[in-house]
Amino acid sequence: MQRFTQLVKILSNSTKTNEKLEALRHYFTTADTLDKPWVLALFSGRRPKRTVNSSQLKQWCIKTANLPEWLFEECYHTVGDLGETIALLLPDSGQQLSTHPLHYWLEQLMRLEKAPEADKQQFILQAWQELDTGERFVFNKLITGGFRIGVSQQMMVNALSLAYDIPPATLSHMISGNWDPRQTTLETLLHADNTNADDSKPYPFYLAYALEDGPTALGQPEDWVAEWKWDGIRGQIIKRNGQLFVWSRGEELITEKFPEYAPLQDALPEGTVIDGEILTYANDFPLPFQSLQTRIGRKNVTRKQLQEAPVAFLSYDLLEWQGQDIRDKPLQERRQLLEQVVEFTNHPALRLSPVITFDSWERLTELRQQSRDQGSEGLMLKRRSAPYQVGRKRGDWWKWKIDPFTIDAVMIYAQKGHGRRADLYTDYTFAVKDGDKLVPFTKAYSGLTDKEINEVDNWVKRHSLEKFGPVRTVQPELVFEIAFEGIAASNRHKSGVALRFPRIHRWRKDKTPEEINTLLDLQQLLQQYKG
Amino acid sequence: MSVLQFTDKGIYCAAGDFYIDPWQPVERAVITHAHSDHARWGNRHYLCHHDSVPLLRLRLGADISVQGLPYGETINYNGVTISLHPAGHIIGSAQVRVQQGNETWVVSGDYKVENDGLSGQFEPVPCQVFITESTFGLPIYNWQPQAIIFSEIREWITENQRAGKNSVLLAYSLGKAQRLLYNLKDAGIRFLAHGAIAIPHEVLLAQGYPLPPVQRITPDTPKADLKDSLIIAPPSAAGTPWMRRFNPYALGICSGWMQVRGHMRRRNADAGFALSDHADWSGLLQSVKATGAEKVFTTHGFSSAFARYLTENGIPATEVKTEFGNEDEESTINETGDAANTETPQQDS
Repeated sequence: MQRFTQLVKILSNSTKTNEKLEALRHYFTTADTLDKPWVLALFSGRRPKRTVNSSQLKQWCIKTANLPEWLFEECYHTVGDLGETIALLLPDSGQQLSTHPLHYWLEQLMRLEKAPEADKQQFILQAWQELDTGERFVFNKLITGGFRIGVSQQMMVNALSLAYDIPPATLSHMISGNWDPRQTTLETLLHADNTNADDSKPYPFYLAYALEDGPTALGQPEDWVAEWKWDGIRGQIIKRNGQLFVWSRGEELITEKFPEYAPLQDALPEGTVIDGEILTYANDFPLPFQSLQTRIGRKNVTRKQLQEAPVAFLSYDLLEWQGQDIRDKPLQERRQLLEQVVEFTNHPALRLSPVITFDSWERLTELRQQSRDQGSEGLMLKRRSAPYQVGRKRGDWWKWKIDPFTIDAVMIYAQKGHGRRADLYTDYTFAVKDGDKLVPFTKAYSGLTDKEINEVDNWVKRHSLEKFGPVRTVQPELVFEIAFEGIAASNRHKSGVALRFPRIHRWRKDKTPEEINTLLDLQQLLQQYKG
Repeated sequence: MSVLQFTDKGIYCAAGDFYIDPWQPVERAVITHAHSDHARWGNRHYLCHHDSVPLLRLRLGADISVQGLPYGETINYNGVTISLHPAGHIIGSAQVRVQQGNETWVVSGDYKVENDGLSGQFEPVPCQVFITESTFGLPIYNWQPQAIIFSEIREWITENQRAGKNSVLLAYSLGKAQRLLYNLKDAGIRFLAHGAIAIPHEVLLAQGYPLPPVQRITPDTPKADLKDSLIIAPPSAAGTPWMRRFNPYALGICSGWMQVRGHMRRRNADAGFALSDHADWSGLLQSVKATGAEKVFTTHGFSSAFARYLTENGIPATEVKTEFGNEDEESTINETGDAANTETPQQDS
């Protein structure tokens, strides 16, 4: 555990990618064989299921540290991280008593799944006593979730690539898919034969960069394929050995979540892997992301949902055909094969993302303005001759989003942030006008510079009404321009609307709260684009 | 009328007609310590601890009218007895005891309980009413003994040397910087410092404090001198072009705020050391109890949380708004960065 704690400390303190890479490479070269697959699992979205919940941890900490609950809450809002708050509040034994390795703690935690609460409590309290403050923090994070230390999956791939001398693209494929850190070692996982051992194994996704300055610098229009950019969940559908697997970009196996795809198990040709977008549809038209969101969290899908907003898979690339990895073929060839596969499958759950025809960049620029009418958020540009690459690469795939919607709004509540923004008021709620009243319609967390955040933080501290609790009500004085990608009706919000990707576009110091937009403005946007 | 009152100019004693750490110019000011949010410019007459006198002159001007007093000695203003007592915050820092008849009030100023070797040993002063700072008034703030922090700093310097990097530590120019120098003086390293630190250093050396020699950084400082040294700079130097000369370097920050990871991470430092000149949670509680005060006022930092906790635990306490910032502990993102280029002592805060 000490080694891993040390690693987490270096990773979270370092601001330089190269230092992080080196720390990870060193760890993978020297750490305990049984710990290594766990570290990869933790930093690649394969964290084991929670067996102890946050409120249990909180209650046990309050009891152990003998604190009133409100004081625990004050501390939590200041630290901005539950695991860290608990580590800081528990009395420090001043010594490290345990020598158990990382995998011991993770396996013990997994064993608690069905244990009675009293056993869980006993185990956790014992662990807190044995570990020092730094290890306790790491231990708590093993339970509560993401480390927030700026380690991306790509960084893990690069570090392993250095440690094991395997090219990143191959390695990325080897570690994808289904594996259990309790039952495999990195050496097995990274063995040359491992790329086809598992029928469910997805290919690493190719991700596009944003096109900031328009397409003219890309060269000849005829070298490029344009498609609409869809706002669903990026996914991969796999049919191998008679089985169907659906993966999300987060490398989560989501086959069971979408029963609409089940018929594809028979309909798809053998040995097929398709890249595309998971989207909900109504009357043949893609619905806003919010509609898909109601499906993500649910285990059981209602009949109503299946009727009103069924899910389809919008295909845009073919990665495996007749059991062959065809990622090295140029896009135009893959696209031709994809069209054949979709036609052969002939099922409404599998659609083809249409190609947009255009003969000049000017024409495409015009077409882009129609993105919202198509239910899309802009354009994708892909080079005809390009292979399907691994990860986010510049050059061959570009996303060219339309400008966001904007609304001027006034800040009415502020809350402290998390991670790097701990103990700073960075999370705000905004309102529009409705006659004399203010109606809250969105929260936004990002978009301001550090300097502006400090300025707002200072202002909030001087202008808030409450002294305790997480939320500060402030005088409605500060006006901000809020940008967002989409708008949908919502009965869960007072305003009747839910926004997609709201963020602060800029601070309108030039505007007064009297000049902000109204609820009517939002409703008009909703009417115009409700899909 | 109570012995002390909270007015818009500061904490005021009507019977003795003087203010303690006023934030607007007054006739007579009793000063707890030389940080700029406590010792402000423009008062007609200053009273402070002996050891603060040269620091006040340095920061407020050589021509101020200032009287020094040793700890424990009393002085009488219109029948009100005033005395100063060690606060352990920085050199010359003092708590102010004010007695009128048989009622005693104590103003803590800023204080820390652990003896840093230079700033004196904090002593709780029995009183009926205690006005205490509460900068770190949450139980997440409990400091490690300084010996542990200093050994971590030494390890960090060694680690940087091994990696071929210079070590730059950000530490407040008055207080934290001297604490570092004093406690690392036997570490076998050379000390280099920004002008904002080198200037008060000269003044303190002249007073006979057992501090190691410090080389002031100038445009002519040879590159070779940076190696195997500890470079101490004020927090406002972070992110300024002045820092470029130290490349390649590792940046460390010494501040109580470094207790929380989020604070450290957004400062983009390579290392954070939770070394504070303020009392931690246990220190605050222990000190309040030791005064035996029947009534407590809490000022700055987590004053509302600390007051509520004291009240719930049988010591009636109220939060008071003052204009004391924490000159030495304030997050530096607010400071203007380029001031550090000038290599002269800055008007801080």
